[in-house]
Amino acid sequence: MLERLRHPWSDRRAELVLGAAACSVGLAILLMVVFVARGAWPTFAHNGLAWLGSGGNPETQIGNMLHTGPHPVAAAYHLRAWPLIYGTLLSTGLALLLGLPFALLSAIFLVEFAPRAVQRLLTPVVRLLAAVPSVIYGLLGVLVLAPFVGNHVISPAQKRSVEYVVQLDGTGLAVAVIVLALMIVPIMVALIADALAAVPAAWREGAVALGVNPLRATLAVSLRAIRPAIAAAAAFACARAVGEAVMIAMVSGENAFAPKPWDGVVFLFEPMLTLAASIFRNADSLSAPAIRSSLDAFALLLLLAAFALSLGSYLVKLPLRRHHAGARP
Amino acid sequence: MSVYPHTLPAGRGRGRRSSLRSWRWRDRIVYLLAWLSGLSLCLIAAAIVLYLLVRGIQYVSPSLILTRPTAGIGQNQIGGILDPLLGTLLLVALGTAIATPIGVCSAVWIVEYGRGRLGRRLARVVESSIEIVAGTPDIVIAILALALFQVGALSFLSFTASGGGVYGRSFLTAGAAVALLAIPPVFLATRDGLEALPGHQREGAFALGKTRIATIRRVLLPGIRPNIATGVTLGMGRIVGDTAIVFLLLGVGAAERIEPQGGVPGLGILRGTGSTLTSYIYSNSPAGEGNAPQKAYAAAFVLLAMVLALNAIAGFVSRRGSAGGMSLGDRVRLGGWS
Amino acid sequence: MAAARNSLAAEHGAHEIPPVKRIVLDRAPTAVPPPALDGDRAPRRRPATAGPERLRLEGVSVRYGAKAAVNDVSLSVHQGEVLALIGPSGCGKTTLLRTLNRLTELTPSAVRGGSILLDGHDVHELADTELRARVSMVFQQPNPFPMSIFDNVAFALREQSRKRPRRQQIEPHVIDALRRAGLYDEVREDLNRPALRLSGGQQQRLCIARAIALQPEVLLMDEPCSALDPRSTETIEQLIGELRRDLAVVIVTHNLQQAHRVADRVAFMYLGDLVEHGEVEQVFREPRAPRTRDYVRGVFG
Repeated sequence: MLERLRHPWSDRRAELVLGAAACSVGLAILLMVVFVARGAWPTFAHNGLAWLGSGGNPETQIGNMLHTGPHPVAAAYHLRAWPLIYGTLLSTGLALLLGLPFALLSAIFLVEFAPRAVQRLLTPVVRLLAAVPSVIYGLLGVLVLAPFVGNHVISPAQKRSVEYVVQLDGTGLAVAVIVLALMIVPIMVALIADALAAVPAAWREGAVALGVNPLRATLAVSLRAIRPAIAAAAAFACARAVGEAVMIAMVSGENAFAPKPWDGVVFLFEPMLTLAASIFRNADSLSAPAIRSSLDAFALLLLLAAFALSLGSYLVKLPLRRHHAGARP
Repeated sequence: MSVYPHTLPAGRGRGRRSSLRSWRWRDRIVYLLAWLSGLSLCLIAAAIVLYLLVRGIQYVSPSLILTRPTAGIGQNQIGGILDPLLGTLLLVALGTAIATPIGVCSAVWIVEYGRGRLGRRLARVVESSIEIVAGTPDIVIAILALALFQVGALSFLSFTASGGGVYGRSFLTAGAAVALLAIPPVFLATRDGLEALPGHQREGAFALGKTRIATIRRVLLPGIRPNIATGVTLGMGRIVGDTAIVFLLLGVGAAERIEPQGGVPGLGILRGTGSTLTSYIYSNSPAGEGNAPQKAYAAAFVLLAMVLALNAIAGFVSRRGSAGGMSLGDRVRLGGWS
Repeated sequence: MAAARNSLAAEHGAHEIPPVKRIVLDRAPTAVPPPALDGDRAPRRRPATAGPERLRLEGVSVRYGAKAAVNDVSLSVHQGEVLALIGPSGCGKTTLLRTLNRLTELTPSAVRGGSILLDGHDVHELADTELRARVSMVFQQPNPFPMSIFDNVAFALREQSRKRPRRQQIEPHVIDALRRAGLYDEVREDLNRPALRLSGGQQQRLCIARAIALQPEVLLMDEPCSALDPRSTETIEQLIGELRRDLAVVIVTHNLQQAHRVADRVAFMYLGDLVEHGEVEQVFREPRAPRTRDYVRGVFG
């Protein structure tokens, strides 16, 4: 009861106001998710599970929805989103494959080997690379990297081999993966470097005192110790890559084509599209309800994916934390 | 002292170090690759900045910055970036104005008031929701926000088209959506700052008879001004660099000029549509409708300069602040992407 | 151990220890010349097992930037005996210990003078990794790696060989090391348990096992028991007595009673200078330098 007396009226009111502000974010998110889920329902209802399947080019299918009017019939919702899902998985997976080793090596370099002057240089460089907006990455990709690939890397023979199906002009999977990898590397470097620096110095000193050279000490002890942090960094970067819309829309060839691995090397140069990029590219047609519903469905899918990845990175840290339990005295 | 004090490099040769030859062959490769990776990151960053500098500075001139975009044939040489620039500034102002109070109030509530069984659980829910927002891709936030703002009840924020559908796109709605990008940095920076404050500051104030809210306003918040400033600056960086939300919520993609809606002058702009530097760049790139790379480069140059300046300010403020700077990982995680 | 102190007090013919005096820092302490290094020795307290000389320090000094940490120290360390470095805080004993395996090189500002010979070879001529395989160290805070018990002990064995050995090859060595460290019986059921789950005393013994797995010639111990409870301390002190058969042990300790229990020879350091060293009984009962006498009688420290 004394507590009551110590919190005079204004404090109570402040608590309510602040609490309302705090909860407003959660409430807003909840509201928005509800609206989008409602909007996405029709396309799921009319396509069923086949929505996740393949069958044609989603971009064409969305194009067909453009003029179906304010109350489209069931058939107007026809959509097979697999090429987009495939594109998302492919680009994210390859970007992670390319980016994670690069980020690991850079982080080890930054924390262990770099001379102090280079450390002081590299830290702001990582921040800079992480802060560059994705539209600028996309611009450089489409104006510099893609023409280079189109004119100097892809041979005319390769272009001819698929010319009845797609046009190879440099924009496509390869450029998208390279730029995406470049975008996620700084985030991973920062997170991994922080984790490396947080490894207790006693472990590293103990390893060095046993006659192990510094690189081995890092690889054998520190890296093992930060395995959960590496997994979390990878999950974080995945969430970023999955949600990248603008850059992919600019450099990936704008064709919701599913690159075929059995085409050989040409596979890398084929155009593709991801869920996020598709939303972005069709943003000006959102007035058509069928399109709106489809794009809402994409957004819902991406939301679930990002949520699952965050949850995953949190869970990954949990059991590995038991390994580090403190000793009993 | 080195940037990472825990792991100092070995002292310079007063004794024979184990030569590289005695290392396992595999380790030597890793050592070399580590050096290459680190240096190539520096090279790539330098290449990006220099290339944009060279290409952009050819076309950036005072007239470009102060002229409004004009539509027409021969896109390459005419028109400026005034409207997109103003759009960016307006959006940043709106987003920050909405995000800062919410972020700071939420952090204050969680740290200072989130007590008791119900309070603690609610606090955790709030923290989780902000983390979820932080991890959501901006295109998804755009779609979510559009869904919300096209509800009839919120038509005052934009305008109602002739067919009766709420347009849902305006500076106000975009500003609200973009605020969601800026809330996590502000929230996390404020919360970390408050948690780092020693308890005796609060106890001293309580002992003098001040209420909790007065303590917060007069004692604690001024103490963590650097943290809040860092968070706000990082949030601004995210807003400036965002394209997806702008594209969906600030008018039909390719629109370049600011178009006010409704009679009231100031409110008209807010309820109207427009563009920002980011959407302008997209529109003028080969992927967008126009094909004026020069304009795109010029706008990109200006945009990059803004983003870098904001990040530099954030770094400067955070280092000068008494309540400790953020680690590299935190900085990049919060302010890094847009 | 109270007996030793009381006997010292009784020798003085008084019931109290002399009053505490203020330390005067204006003069360098009187350093007494060491007894002849290779001359005949007085009979030992414990059975003589002194072996060949392992480490010889001549005129070793270390400074960090402008600040001198160790001044002109000359010592000899033999296999089969335990050398204790004693002295008040900040006197340079830990720095001297860390110089023996060149761990001071981890600090960029450290500069070393003088020479240290390991079996006749200058320590600086050896590769640092090779040196540390022959001169191992156990630290004050137990620092087992975040791996299993087996992996901890096997760590040095695996890393020091050019090709990664298989588990069957190193398992006998691991078990032997654990046995010599007196830990095997307690962990034999599951060597794959995480090392961090062990108690503090067990962790320190694990660190000792890890350090002796490579069969080093010298074992350096930096206050190994200061973070442990008395039971674990006792166990480890007994361990040291057994370990010294095969190795030379240099132990830094701020605990005089521990030095008296464990050591064969004692070196007393003060503010970086080696004030006195000799047989443990001689230093404790008949210290030649006044400062040594003051220290062992608890006047300061």
